Amino acid sequence: MTTTFPFEAETDSDQLKTVGTGAVRIDGVDKISGAAEFVDDIDFGPGLLHAAIVESPHAYARIVSIDTTEAEEAKGVVRVVTGEDFPYKFGMYMEDRYIFAQDHVRFVGEQVAGVIARSHRQAVQAAKLIKVEYEVLEPLLDPKSAVAEDANLIHPDLDDYAHVPWFFPKADTNIAHWRKIRKGDTEKAFAEADFVLEDTYTVPRYAHCAIEPHVTVSRLDHADRLTVWTASQSPHTQRHLFAEALAPLGFTHKDVRVITPYVGGGFGGKAGVSMEILGAAMATLVKGRPVKLRFTREQEFYNTYQRQGVVAELKVGVMNDGTITAVDHKLFWDAGAYVEYGANVVNAAGLSATGPYRVPNISNDSLCIYTNLPPGGPYRGFGYSEFHFGLESHMDRIAEAIGMDPVDFRRKNAIQEGDELSYGAHMNPSGMIEAIDKVAAAIEWGVEEETDNPNTVMSKGIACFWKAPAMPPNASSASFLKFNEDGSLNITVSGMELGQGYLTVMAQIASEILTVPVEKIRVETPDTDRNPYEWQTVASHVTWSSGLAVEKAAIEARAKIFDVIHQVYGFEDESLYLENEAVRCSTDPEFVKPLRDFVIDGIQTEEGTWRGGPIIASGKFMPEFTNANSDPETGQGGHPNVHYTVGCTGVVTEIDRDTGRVWVRKAALAVDAGRAINPDLVKGQIVGGLVQGLATVLYEDMRFDEDGKLLNPNFTDYKIPTAFDIPDEVVPIIVEVPQPDGPFGARGVGEHTMIAAAPVIANAVYNAFGTRIKSMPVTQEKIAMALLEKGSG
Amino acid sequence: MEFTVKVNGERWDIDAAPADVLLDVLREKIGVKSPKIGCERGDCGSCTILLDGKTVRSCLVLAVEVDGQEITTVEGIGYEGLSQLQDLFISNNAFQCGFCAPAIVLSATELLDSNPNPTRHDVQEALAGNLCRCTGYEPIIEAVLAAAEGGAK
Repeated sequence: MTTTFPFEAETDSDQLKTVGTGAVRIDGVDKISGAAEFVDDIDFGPGLLHAAIVESPHAYARIVSIDTTEAEEAKGVVRVVTGEDFPYKFGMYMEDRYIFAQDHVRFVGEQVAGVIARSHRQAVQAAKLIKVEYEVLEPLLDPKSAVAEDANLIHPDLDDYAHVPWFFPKADTNIAHWRKIRKGDTEKAFAEADFVLEDTYTVPRYAHCAIEPHVTVSRLDHADRLTVWTASQSPHTQRHLFAEALAPLGFTHKDVRVITPYVGGGFGGKAGVSMEILGAAMATLVKGRPVKLRFTREQEFYNTYQRQGVVAELKVGVMNDGTITAVDHKLFWDAGAYVEYGANVVNAAGLSATGPYRVPNISNDSLCIYTNLPPGGPYRGFGYSEFHFGLESHMDRIAEAIGMDPVDFRRKNAIQEGDELSYGAHMNPSGMIEAIDKVAAAIEWGVEEETDNPNTVMSKGIACFWKAPAMPPNASSASFLKFNEDGSLNITVSGMELGQGYLTVMAQIASEILTVPVEKIRVETPDTDRNPYEWQTVASHVTWSSGLAVEKAAIEARAKIFDVIHQVYGFEDESLYLENEAVRCSTDPEFVKPLRDFVIDGIQTEEGTWRGGPIIASGKFMPEFTNANSDPETGQGGHPNVHYTVGCTGVVTEIDRDTGRVWVRKAALAVDAGRAINPDLVKGQIVGGLVQGLATVLYEDMRFDEDGKLLNPNFTDYKIPTAFDIPDEVVPIIVEVPQPDGPFGARGVGEHTMIAAAPVIANAVYNAFGTRIKSMPVTQEKIAMALLEKGSG
Repeated sequence: MEFTVKVNGERWDIDAAPADVLLDVLREKIGVKSPKIGCERGDCGSCTILLDGKTVRSCLVLAVEVDGQEITTVEGIGYEGLSQLQDLFISNNAFQCGFCAPAIVLSATELLDSNPNPTRHDVQEALAGNLCRCTGYEPIIEAVLAAAEGGAK
């Protein structure tokens, strides 16, 4: 039933010394002392040039002409750039973007031209002098009108676009990808169901709001080597896309180098390639000079990636005993003007839109729809936060309709190891029920809370979640490891330290196997010339995937260590083990050989020669059991997801009857980490992710005007949480049902912690007043208006 | 325009244009990089510095305005070794990406200097002008309260 994993990781839990402890972050002193260097902090000397971008004021228009004469003559200007300089396409999963706009602009804020000048101020001033004449076209601003029969085509050449084999674009429509799942017989199941609930839920767009803006410095040196320093989650993917897009200029991968120092928050917004390619391309025109492009906070909002909006039409059938028999989930995604990355969000959601439940009959349609809004893309949760809002709202409504407790209803249908997934493969080991029970206990589900305030109502809510990493089936990780003279270690990997504690966790994994303490291990941020390959730091997959690569490197290093001991002393490898940074032998308790004595210089034999030498090792991991090939009409036949992480969220809320204000008095969140390599860091993900999720449901919301212009591209008008806007108490709960192929049983948790935040609030609001709000965000205003309406009705 | 300012105890004589912003001068002319550029309009608080002991957003201050004053950044706070507050930030995992951390340490330092026994609400208020997207603030609040308990300054 279950997948057999070719690589069984070391999971001997009783003996663990470092894994499972709250080891102190190895980047801690860097970050708290001011030493941590971000891209914008690197000095490039007096030769540094600055870039500014000219952007489209229209959501959809044809470019008639561009006049750069005045800008070229402006003070400090070195070079003006337009689409004519780079008629090259790029894209992560589908090549539907040009570096600079060619003949059309498709969203407000799209890059039309650029200026390189000696100072930032001069670049910005000169950009204002570029005159672009447009023929304005009628924009499509919502997904439903973009799929109407007579809709304009935003990409008439869609059929010619290169894309990954698991996308199914529909030529002569605005549907860039349609993920279909057909399993069992939904029609029959709905007909036979005791109760069927059908409704529509809507979710708007959201912004990542990492506090560090996107920034990149690019330099083509006099030997024609292009180096790009970038605030990115994806150094190797960026190098690959730069090299591919700029190949017509003669670049190969060897000529392109991406260096990624610390990143000031990502949340998906710095995955793939967005603005970075502008800087990389512009630098090729000013050889020898580094060019800095730093986005303003406004540009962060409208011209990086945005979380996509969705209209979700959901139909679920159940039997009176609470068994879910059928799910029909239609997801109409507002994917924006370019979907080169966002289409895979749509794909991921379509594969998993049943939520964490056992469902025999499934019909999912997840449609990636072009609109004239900014490009959608990856955002922590990768489509799952969006569809869980409707799905988990629906679960509460069904439970109530059939007279079941929502906790019991979820327990009854909770997905278990071996259950068949929507695409036919089987579920990995999962602590779903344990997570539900622990959250229910933590918030004292079923016990009524009291308040002395006559204006407020106490209530509770619960919602479950699941998510799988969304990756190409062959997404890989690699690591190098080397010992130093004193027995300390350097490890190089290419995952990114985004704040989650990745570097520390990699050090803990190596420490566990080699017994070298974490504080003697250095793991640094990537440079694609020096560090081995990593696909990207996304999908909550690096603890698992890069962790396996580090584990394998450590195991290889240990084998090399034992081999040297065997050569010199003759002990059999099986009798050797490591303890406190020394080699010990089970057949000779007196034998102790400290690592620092030989991991560089080797060991002298009795006759005076030497054995060994520097201990170096490498490891790599590719999930060789995955497969994205499936029937386009049914989604059956492949194994697109490596595994799912599951969990549950619960809240105790206090809500004001008059103003609709919601206070989260207590929140509990349980996530099945498989094994928490560092429980303190997992708790950090739980608290941080939950607060980010609560903000999406309580007040965050991107607002566009009728011409497709974003109205709130700043922190004054797009509020993110401050220190006041947090739950009074968060109970982080770590469930540990080991992942058989995970490093020490670990699986990822980074995105999952925000996924159920929206429905859990919607459910608590309903439980307080009997008012069901079906569009995000569930703002104070919406609650108050609904209560007003209810009172007067 | 010429002016003189003390930054982390060192005297600097600076020549800046009247429109130059303090944040840019600190980063580009003085080479102090812990105040970060996050929004350039006073919303995010990442550029917070201590000016004569009080927190200000250096993106909203013209450089020439600080003539004769004293600036402290996190580089100065931890110069002789990390402060107890900084140590507690590490042990409480009170930062993740670390981008906002230098500014938050300064806001918390100012709070503890003026109010050695803050309540949870006091801490929230002192930090409300510093945005952090990673931590959910809880571990930061706990670190500051622990520092107050330990008599940190």
